[in-house]
Amino acid sequence: MILKEVRKNKTKTFFIVSLFFVLVTLCVYFLSLIFFEDSLVAITIGLTFSIFSSFISYYNSDQIILSINGAREATREEFLQVNITLETLCIATGLPMPKLYVMESESLNAFATGRNPRHAVICVTTGLIEKLDKYEMEGVLAHELSHIKNYDILVSTIAIVMVGFVTILSDMLVRGRFYNSSNNKNDNSNSIIQLIGLIFIILSPIFANLLNLLISRNREYLADASAVEITRNKEGLISALKKIEDLSKPMENINKATESLFIADPKKSEEKDSIWSTHPSTVNRIKKLQNIN
Amino acid sequence: MIIIIIIVILLLALILLYNHLVSLNIRCKNAWSQIDNQLKRRYDLIPNLIEVTKGYADYERKTLVNIINQRNKNAKMSDIAKESETVSKNVKTLLMTAENYPELKANEVFKNLQIELTGTEDKIAFARQFYNDTVQHFNTAITVFPNNILAHIMNYKEKEYFKVNENEKEVVKVKL
Repeated sequence: MILKEVRKNKTKTFFIVSLFFVLVTLCVYFLSLIFFEDSLVAITIGLTFSIFSSFISYYNSDQIILSINGAREATREEFLQVNITLETLCIATGLPMPKLYVMESESLNAFATGRNPRHAVICVTTGLIEKLDKYEMEGVLAHELSHIKNYDILVSTIAIVMVGFVTILSDMLVRGRFYNSSNNKNDNSNSIIQLIGLIFIILSPIFANLLNLLISRNREYLADASAVEITRNKEGLISALKKIEDLSKPMENINKATESLFIADPKKSEEKDSIWSTHPSTVNRIKKLQNIN
Repeated sequence: MIIIIIIVILLLALILLYNHLVSLNIRCKNAWSQIDNQLKRRYDLIPNLIEVTKGYADYERKTLVNIINQRNKNAKMSDIAKESETVSKNVKTLLMTAENYPELKANEVFKNLQIELTGTEDKIAFARQFYNDTVQHFNTAITVFPNNILAHIMNYKEKEYFKVNENEKEVVKVKL
């Protein structure tokens, strides 16, 4: 079942990367069309740009996400217990040891990122380290390890970075349009560009939202279940989820794009499963966990 | 012509099967080395524990020293498992008794050792689980037909589990 999940995630990633490639090419094409007014130059710039940005996003997206969230490496000296718990779980799963990062925050949360198990990072908040005991931490880390094992991290990390990028580009397209409209108003082809730009602007947030949904929710349940399979102790994860629900404050200065990465909804909106929620409600998750065995 | 095709297909199947069994065997070895590493790690840590608890929990300390001294390095799997079990129990008792001494509990070296040793105990438990799962996989693979014929030629025999008693994992987790 895991293998099927992995294949599905890799296909999704391929789909996202291709879509990203096409969108970036189109965006840059229209942008450079505004400035150069020569379609051959524009398409060359567009293609080169999207090739480069695809590669950069693919290989550095984990670092981008870590720096967006202001995380730093959790050394063995400073955070001995968490490091040991993670080592233990890696032995249990046979996965290579991911890098461990911490975020200075009082709220209780964690996420995993990276592109494959050999290049993976798990990040926890300092609040989480403080408030959870060993077995609860084991549950949370096992949950994140399952995301790594299933290649969920690949899809979500790539999607976040690429969607963010397209959003920035389409934003530039808007500005380019304004810049252009003040210069020369008599060009006919410009109206087409404006129209396409407008479509992009309207579509990109919807597109971003859809991607968020593509990568979330159901896999949280799956990761919960595999976490229990790893630790063979569902009580740990259940009480961790309860603590996260009860003690956590909404995270300040969290980047909206990275929301879906976290184990629990960072903004702590009133939870009820709807099509638009990025996370399944904690109550439902606990219910499903209690039904195991 | 058809005979050649059949022979080629059979050969390919044989190669695939052979590789499958070899890789399972390697996986078992890797899983075992995980346990082995952690057992060694524990034997490296225990002298430090004995050193730092000097003057406290004397009876538990001496028992642990005796057990370590009787260690048999060339034992069978089941003996290693049994030995590991006794060491585990005694380390845990010593750690628990040591908790009763406030000065010791506040000692930074002891605190870190305690975390490391408890961690190693957990790691041994998980490594054992992983090893036993791999061995079960291997043992099944070499007993089913037609793998058993090939396994016989390759001289692969059923591997021993690293086991003392079944429900030990549940016993450890008394929490909640």
